[in-house]
Amino acid sequence: MPSAIVVERLGKRYRLGEREPYGALRDSIARAARAPWRLARRLGRREPAEPWVAALDNVSFDVAEGEVVGIIGRNGSGKSTLLKILSRITEPSSGRAEVRGRVGSLLEVGTGFHPELTGRENVFVNGAILGMRRREIARRFDEIIDFADVDRFVDTPVKHYSSGMQMRLAFAVAAHLEPEILLVDEVLAVGDIEFQKKCLGKIGAVSRDGRTVLLVSHQMNQLRRLCRRCVWLEAGRVHEIGPGGETLAHYERALLAPDAAAAAGRVFRQWQLAGGGHIVRIVDGPVTIDLRLALAEPISRGHLGMSIYSEREELVAGWAFEPLDLEAGSRDVRITVASLPLRPGSYRLVFSLFDRGNNVTGGALVEQWAALPPLALDVPPLSHPQDHWAGVLNVSAELALADEAGADAPIVSTSA
Amino acid sequence: MSHAPHTHVIVPRSGWAPVELGELWEYRELVYLLVWRDVKIRYKQTVLGVAWAVLQPVLTMVIFSIFFGKLGGLSSDGYPYPIFAYCALLPWQLFAFGVGQASESVVLNQRMITKVYFPRVIMPMASVAVGLVDFAISFLVLLVLMAGYHIAPSPAIVAVPVLALVVVAAALGAGLWLSALNVTYRDVRHAVPFLIQVWFFATPVAYATSSVPPAWRMVYALVNPMVGVIDSFRWALLGAGGPPPAELGISILAITAMLVSGLFYFRRMERRFADVV
Repeated sequence: MPSAIVVERLGKRYRLGEREPYGALRDSIARAARAPWRLARRLGRREPAEPWVAALDNVSFDVAEGEVVGIIGRNGSGKSTLLKILSRITEPSSGRAEVRGRVGSLLEVGTGFHPELTGRENVFVNGAILGMRRREIARRFDEIIDFADVDRFVDTPVKHYSSGMQMRLAFAVAAHLEPEILLVDEVLAVGDIEFQKKCLGKIGAVSRDGRTVLLVSHQMNQLRRLCRRCVWLEAGRVHEIGPGGETLAHYERALLAPDAAAAAGRVFRQWQLAGGGHIVRIVDGPVTIDLRLALAEPISRGHLGMSIYSEREELVAGWAFEPLDLEAGSRDVRITVASLPLRPGSYRLVFSLFDRGNNVTGGALVEQWAALPPLALDVPPLSHPQDHWAGVLNVSAELALADEAGADAPIVSTSA
Repeated sequence: MSHAPHTHVIVPRSGWAPVELGELWEYRELVYLLVWRDVKIRYKQTVLGVAWAVLQPVLTMVIFSIFFGKLGGLSSDGYPYPIFAYCALLPWQLFAFGVGQASESVVLNQRMITKVYFPRVIMPMASVAVGLVDFAISFLVLLVLMAGYHIAPSPAIVAVPVLALVVVAAALGAGLWLSALNVTYRDVRHAVPFLIQVWFFATPVAYATSSVPPAWRMVYALVNPMVGVIDSFRWALLGAGGPPPAELGISILAITAMLVSGLFYFRRMERRFADVV
């Protein structure tokens, strides 16, 4: 099967300063007065004057022709940004994507609908906005009106429609798009159950026609029915790509865990183990923790602390990394712990970041973050079989009977 | 499904890019429908409807005749002042409307810009084109007025459509700059009405170019490209001032520069529209 969509190392970053949607000329002038050379340089070249934050980072995947692929992930994980780049609404900052075929994107239903215009007029305007030809719309007009079930009101301004009717009409136009590739963002959530079923049927039919569909949705059951494959995005990166059902199951399990995205700090954005996930399955050997930081300002000669607390809130271990210099922007930090011989269970990681010193030398605390989800140790218990006597460490021990002759001694090991 | 006529490679762009004319042509129906939509909406829910398109220029002409013609005693090169003023109001209103609408076009249509792809240049283009409908109506009104004053149109009247296109180009040139600036700097929205007003007084609409010293006329036409256009309208409609003056050539040159630079600037800025708007 040839690919319909090829995404290679796609990235999109925003300037932190651009959080404010637009500026006033006054501010630009004030900035220019303060630092004319900087403005001149910035006008000349696109010089990153502010730190960057990645909305999409190094995302790669392929979609075969005729495939229906779901995109899942928490809010802010980059799903919509991805669709916007593929539908050419916004440009990537790095990487590339190739889209083979006529693209119809449905990021919203009823784009361009005007309340003063009649149903008929809106169908034509909206159809043109979605990329349909006038002749094409005229040919399918009756079908569209029929699908939306508004035939009696075709020549009534849509401001007199109920919101449900407006939605149905808007979706009906979209459903009659005939692109080779359809990009859909969360629009199936409109209308009543009956209408939703109709829409699902339509998308199913679209894919049976051999057309390619990329679908963003939060409705797991819809995705399960429609998608053969799913791409799971987490903080702008591909977290998992796999068969629909399986990936969805993993995602749902992760959703049940405490919401990492909601728990993200201002600076500490997220953490995960080097191989992905938050579960350690080995007792010996290094454990590598990847930590994602978003720094509004650089850190100079600062301090990064990491501590591990047990469920009983005992401090099990702590480390300090200093002096530390970090540039502003999105930063990934990797911490490798030589071994983590701890009893199976759930542990809390706490990170702290200081600028210009540490907690005793008068450094400024930038942030302290109780990491979520917690670190889980899924390892065989090697110490005392009764939890009460097992303690904190998970280290095997051996007992040998001292023979007077010192010959072959039977060995009793704790790890059977 | 093995054919792939529409392969798009999406990569970060940088630097200046020209307008893709082929793509614009593909989207011509969208331009047409957006213009049609805006024309429809403009007069819906108004009591007088399309009558506004007649009333606006006529009332403006009446006010000008009273204040500039009678009270101000401005020269009208020997023509009845109302007709003299109206001939200039015709292109001026097309221009002023186009600049005003185009500069707001990207911001007003932000929903569309953040949800659908289309060549962004379409937005200011359609806004300017909407003014052509009013222009056509005003033009018919002018013919009626001229008949009332027993003035026969000059044969050069056939040049009016071409001159109207020059006005559209001028409005689009200014509108492209302002609409792109408006996305980043919302100050533009407050500055535009003021700019248009200043521009109006700098343009020979209420007065005649003959009141400008001849030595300065070329500079005048270069700095304010609407000068050559307005004079040419008076020539085409009334036969005033002889064949198209050299000013028109200079004005067209200035308009072309404004339009081309506007297109490039707009194309450069449009990359950020969906992120910033």
